[in-house]
Amino acid sequence: MVGSMRISLFITCYNDTLFPETGRAVVRLLERLGVDVEFRPAQTCCGQMHANTGFRGEAFSQAKRFVKLYADAEAVVIPSSSCVAMIRDQYPGLISELGNDALRREFDVLLPRVYELSEFLVDKIGVEDVGAYFPHRVTYHASCHGLRALHLGDRPFRLLRHVRGLELANLDNLDRCCGFGGTFSVKNAEVSSAMMAAKLQDVLSTRAEFCTALDNSCLMHLGGALHREFAAMRTIHMAEILASTEAGQA
Amino acid sequence: MSEHPVMDPRVAPPFPEAALPVLRNAQLRKNVAHATDVIQGKRNRLVTEKTDWSELRDAASALRAHTLEHLGEYLEQFEERCTGAGGVVHWAADAEEARAIILAILREEEADQVIKIKTMTSAEIQLNPFLAQHGIEPHETDLAEIILQLGGGEPSHIVVPALHVNRSQVREIFARAMGLAVLSDDPQTLTAAARTYLRQKFLTVPTAISGANFLIAETGGAAIVESEGNGRMCLTLPRTMITLAGIEKVIPRFSDLEVMLQVLARSATGERMNPYTSLWTGVTPGDGPQRFHVVLLDNGRSAMLRREVERQTLKCIRCGACMNTCPVYRQTGGHAYGSVYPGPIGAILTPQLQKLEHAQTLPYASSLCGACYDVCPVKINIPEVLIDLRAQVTEKERASERRFFDPIYLGMVVANWVFANSGRFRLAQRAARIGLWLFTRKDGWIHSLPGVGGRWTMTRDLRGIPKQTFREWWEKRGKERAQ
Repeated sequence: MVGSMRISLFITCYNDTLFPETGRAVVRLLERLGVDVEFRPAQTCCGQMHANTGFRGEAFSQAKRFVKLYADAEAVVIPSSSCVAMIRDQYPGLISELGNDALRREFDVLLPRVYELSEFLVDKIGVEDVGAYFPHRVTYHASCHGLRALHLGDRPFRLLRHVRGLELANLDNLDRCCGFGGTFSVKNAEVSSAMMAAKLQDVLSTRAEFCTALDNSCLMHLGGALHREFAAMRTIHMAEILASTEAGQA
Repeated sequence: MSEHPVMDPRVAPPFPEAALPVLRNAQLRKNVAHATDVIQGKRNRLVTEKTDWSELRDAASALRAHTLEHLGEYLEQFEERCTGAGGVVHWAADAEEARAIILAILREEEADQVIKIKTMTSAEIQLNPFLAQHGIEPHETDLAEIILQLGGGEPSHIVVPALHVNRSQVREIFARAMGLAVLSDDPQTLTAAARTYLRQKFLTVPTAISGANFLIAETGGAAIVESEGNGRMCLTLPRTMITLAGIEKVIPRFSDLEVMLQVLARSATGERMNPYTSLWTGVTPGDGPQRFHVVLLDNGRSAMLRREVERQTLKCIRCGACMNTCPVYRQTGGHAYGSVYPGPIGAILTPQLQKLEHAQTLPYASSLCGACYDVCPVKINIPEVLIDLRAQVTEKERASERRFFDPIYLGMVVANWVFANSGRFRLAQRAARIGLWLFTRKDGWIHSLPGVGGRWTMTRDLRGIPKQTFREWWEKRGKERAQ
């Protein structure tokens, strides 16, 4: 249905290491939709962790690597809204300050071809019904970067509503942060945990079986707490729901 | 309020440490959650009903940005017009100078007491303890400030400073401080007690101190918005008024109030219009104070103006909307910030007003969720400034011995070396898998980690690192397909 679209998957450092199942689901989903997926093994990290902790020079090195690596890519798809937000919101400043005009031009040309997963599905290839089947009650956690930096709006909901068998449970206080915040979660572990407790109260009251999101970082934080509490709820990246079919889960 | 908070950034404990007693105080957290919910709910309703909110916000933001671009000109214009209208303008480079100027005026007035309209700027320069040391008794007249002054408490919010105190606590404070044996916690009774206390001050103290919400360059006048009318009393009864204001408080024209008052009231208290808006210009014979002084305070502001990213901090009109929406502030309240300016705006303002090293945990007291930027009526990109201040903290750390003992600093340096090359990254992935395997239980999860990892496992498990990374899977799949 998409013709000969070829995308480059930027998996992100932590998905690569900690959540490979999300990457496998993205590949399975996109290939099912007729998208040709490539993976450039030279990729590592977008630099968000460095930038947000105050290591601008280091973050710039990652930004430069990213721009050089994908300069000739038809499209780059990233299953992590906070990494996309890093590229959109922070690369321009970092490159202007620490890079040169040539790099800035390369970046400006590349940026419109960088997509968060739900943006790619809904905006670029125009698909809302990805043919998924997931017979469970699910609640969606809108990560701060997806909500306020990328303005994903109702895209995730449109995708979820088309999943057969899925029962969508509304989450109260959708716009409130879960408390992860990268290094914030260890530098301010107690406050981060207090924010998490407030979020979990809303999440658990949905009585959903799964809490999903477009960021595994929030889910690592919430899922870790749910596991600690022996809660009857699991976290799952949305790519894995969208990749599931009646033939089986991703 | 088990432990008395330290509100001086020079001696306050680091934010994570200062947050602990609050997180353990269920009553305080309940008070903060309730109050922020109420104000934020009202604010959201009134912003939603305003169909041109986004245009108003653009206008307010542009107005503040323009003023800062031409701050010098507008301040000079203000001085000229204010002086022309009979006011006296003083310039204070820092807190010490501002305190000295105010003390000199009060000495000239032979004042031994002074009544005050709520002003955050006076808290910034720690005016009250200074006046008390010099034999002048300051009396707050804002209801929340009275509660704190009589109860020996500290402000925890810039608009509703006693937000962390509930009415039964107010009853206790009033009963003790005013010597009232029988007092109910009914709001009307409490307000009546405060009124009786205040009337006596209004009628006997002839000298007043205020802040300013706005200084108007065009007219040389000042504006104060408030809810109770006690500020209005201070602006009419006394003989002398001293107004202390940061240099950024100026706006170009009288008509600019049209935009500013609309965004301020809705953002600050969730009202279409605040109950009392007082505007005065110089002195008018037979009407209000006959001596009028304005103290213009720099205290780090012109240094802030010179930095491109940080300059936007000075656009702030002190509405406090960022605090009410902040998920961190909602858990910790204001005292954990160790500064009279708490919450997101405090986290960027305090380190800039003080030396950075006095408040270097504040730029990290945020998950960078961006809720503050979304509600800010003058569009201050607080997360952007937080990140820039973090970079300044890191630059200082690079030059310090302390970096060798900071696990997060060392982690960042190692991670940068690792991310520079995908071969190194692969090795690091394997090393992490093996290293963490030692801590992984049979169920595949990590329940406890040593060192800084323990800050994670304090409240959260961590899933063990899967046996195969994504890139290993991809390569294997490629090889299988090639066969």
